[in-house]
Amino acid sequence: MSLETYFDFVILPILTISVLLVFIRLFKGPSVVDRVMALDLIITIGIGIITVYSIRQEQEVLLDVAIILALIAFLGTIAFSYYIEKQKDD
Amino acid sequence: MINIILAILSTVGALSILFASIGVLRMPDFYLRLSVTVKASTLGVGLLLICAAIMFPDDVSVTTKSIAIIFFLLLTAPIAAHMIGKAAYFIGIPLWKGTIIDELKGMYNKETHCLESDPKKADKNAEDNIAHTDDATD
Repeated sequence: MSLETYFDFVILPILTISVLLVFIRLFKGPSVVDRVMALDLIITIGIGIITVYSIRQEQEVLLDVAIILALIAFLGTIAFSYYIEKQKDD
Repeated sequence: MINIILAILSTVGALSILFASIGVLRMPDFYLRLSVTVKASTLGVGLLLICAAIMFPDDVSVTTKSIAIIFFLLLTAPIAAHMIGKAAYFIGIPLWKGTIIDELKGMYNKETHCLESDPKKADKNAEDNIAHTDDATD
């Protein structure tokens, strides 16, 4: 089995199933912090998927998108937690 | 030879991400879910990025970008987890009912959100966040 086939038929399906499992938690999560955490994890797995895709397509430009996604995930989680904490004050 | 290294690295990375997502789905408590998520997903994405860096050996920019993303993830994932965990404790997300001890009980000032490390100043009568019923943490 060549490495390209392995990436296509093993690695990418595993990552896709992971996103689906986390999406279940995002859908049913009992509280808002569960949803924030699930969103953060989905974006982190998305970075991994972009990496594998850029390996398969030999388009190393796509890694720039991964940098931006990492930044957005961090800023989003920080902003969510800041405002969730503020919400309790008032 | 290089293919075998790439296959091993990507398999371990993908399996860590899979275990992180199974843990997010199955763990009984928000704080346990958080602790599973951050470590395993950072390890998995880091290994996949190392794969990309090995895959394009002629291109220095890919290696630089991969190292930059790994460094950024290692730097920011614990900070984000700390912030969201702190916010969750303040808004009263219950701990798992099997939790033995809640060491933050009474240590936080509810008004100013400041941490008191001195147990004498701590509020002895504060309620802990441990859930007492089964249905609070399913």
